[in-house]
Amino acid sequence: MKCQFCEKPATFHITELTEPAGPQVMHLCEEHAKGFLQKGATPPVSAIAGALAKQIGQVGDDLEELDQKECPVCGISFFEFRNSGRLGCPYDYTHFESDLRPLLVNVHDKTKHVGKRPTRSAGTADSFARMIGLRREMEEAIEREDYERASEIRDELKAMEDPIRTPPSDPDETT
Amino acid sequence: MKRDADFDELARYPGEWMRGEGPESDIVISTRIRLARNLADFPFIRRCSDEDRLSIERTVRARMDSLTDQRWKSAHYVDLEPLSEIDRQLLVERQLISREIAESDGSRAVAFDVTEGYSVMINEEDHLRIQVMKSGLDVQNAWEQVNRIDDMLEEVILYAFHPRYGYLTACPTNVGTGLRVSVMLHLPALVITEQMDRVFRSMQRINVTVRGLYGEGSQYTGDFYQVSNQVTLGYTEAELLALVGEEVAPRIIEYERKARAALLKNNRDDLHDEVSRAMGILSTARKISSEETMHHLSKIRLGISLGLISELDVKVVNQLFLQSQSAHLQKLQGRVLGTAERHARRASFLQHHLAGKDDPTWN
Repeated sequence: MKCQFCEKPATFHITELTEPAGPQVMHLCEEHAKGFLQKGATPPVSAIAGALAKQIGQVGDDLEELDQKECPVCGISFFEFRNSGRLGCPYDYTHFESDLRPLLVNVHDKTKHVGKRPTRSAGTADSFARMIGLRREMEEAIEREDYERASEIRDELKAMEDPIRTPPSDPDETT
Repeated sequence: MKRDADFDELARYPGEWMRGEGPESDIVISTRIRLARNLADFPFIRRCSDEDRLSIERTVRARMDSLTDQRWKSAHYVDLEPLSEIDRQLLVERQLISREIAESDGSRAVAFDVTEGYSVMINEEDHLRIQVMKSGLDVQNAWEQVNRIDDMLEEVILYAFHPRYGYLTACPTNVGTGLRVSVMLHLPALVITEQMDRVFRSMQRINVTVRGLYGEGSQYTGDFYQVSNQVTLGYTEAELLALVGEEVAPRIIEYERKARAALLKNNRDDLHDEVSRAMGILSTARKISSEETMHHLSKIRLGISLGLISELDVKVVNQLFLQSQSAHLQKLQGRVLGTAERHARRASFLQHHLAGKDDPTWN
């Protein structure tokens, strides 16, 4: 796909929320994307889009490979995330961790949470994958009327939710 | 929780946070704090099936029902899916829900309290968006309240929380604290003296976003600006609250006060003329759009705070800002109105209220 304003390939796709026309998708090359964003879009859109534009510049030729990478839990590809600016599930932060980190630096300038922590937590990041998978399995069991299996899964999910514990602190303290 | 809300009754009165009181309320309209939270065992909204969305809504509703807090029990829980467009629009105008959730599809809901001090949106961009609103500049109290609600919900809902990245959100711009502190400011003097560009520029360097509300893309200038933190990760909640509430907002308030003082000193007659003309138009027009109404009400609000108008209370102006919007007008009228009818209805509504009379069509 070509950029809407020139012959260069459109590596950058922005969904702009405008009134009253509604969401509008723009397909731009890196240069035009930067120009567009400097004019000032709405904050969340511009922040994520700006950071993505920067990152695309950093990734270069490997972009195509990165775009095809998919989350095993929710199935979202990096391309789809790049297009929409929205992730598909909590496990994406684990699966795309190395790809998201530069983005987080571009947006927040930092990559480590130092604020509030809940008293209860799912434990490790892998628990999200397990819980989302179990829930899906439970829905399938209900659909084929295997209520015994569905109730087993429900108990298992409940057991994962129940233990009250403070989340372990992050072992990687480098940044 | 109550399963519905009386929308006709809701339209008649402004919420607590619109009463035009609180610190710096001559310039600060309101303070809003929101937290973005997601359930650990569901995909984010974008990858949710219709069943997932329904299941999230039901799970959250059941868990909220299990809470024993008395104030929570008296809150309203409104299913947004079957609601009429006008009722959804009414909730948008009252800022209880976002335009995005009003216009999206599928299972979604909002829980809010009777005084409308807080609301929790279910299935917005994130599974949960908890927000608290206060009149004037009141960051600390808004935070304490939103934090209490978050603590309470956390007892019954398992959040998606990552030891390194904090509260996980659909958009990486909200990850970490999930906290957005927004202060809505009325800055007519900075607009008149053409200093807003300077304010925008000075804010860009300090992790804060300034955004114009209303008036964008129309022939009228918007005098309302929202200031909020841009970053959410790597800072404590206290740091983000201080950034907006103690550093940035007070600085802009000071600029606006200086601009107002200078205008009064150097251009008092021009300003008085402009304020009086705004009052004249709103008191006599036979039909008027909401954009034009906002524009003139903004001048009147400025006139009141500078003592150029004495016969009107800022509380009334705040109420007119709210109730002259489309959905409010139509709810108060009790029927759907076309554009031309709305413009005529709005004009007569404004005339009566500015004259301090009750509107005969409502009683």
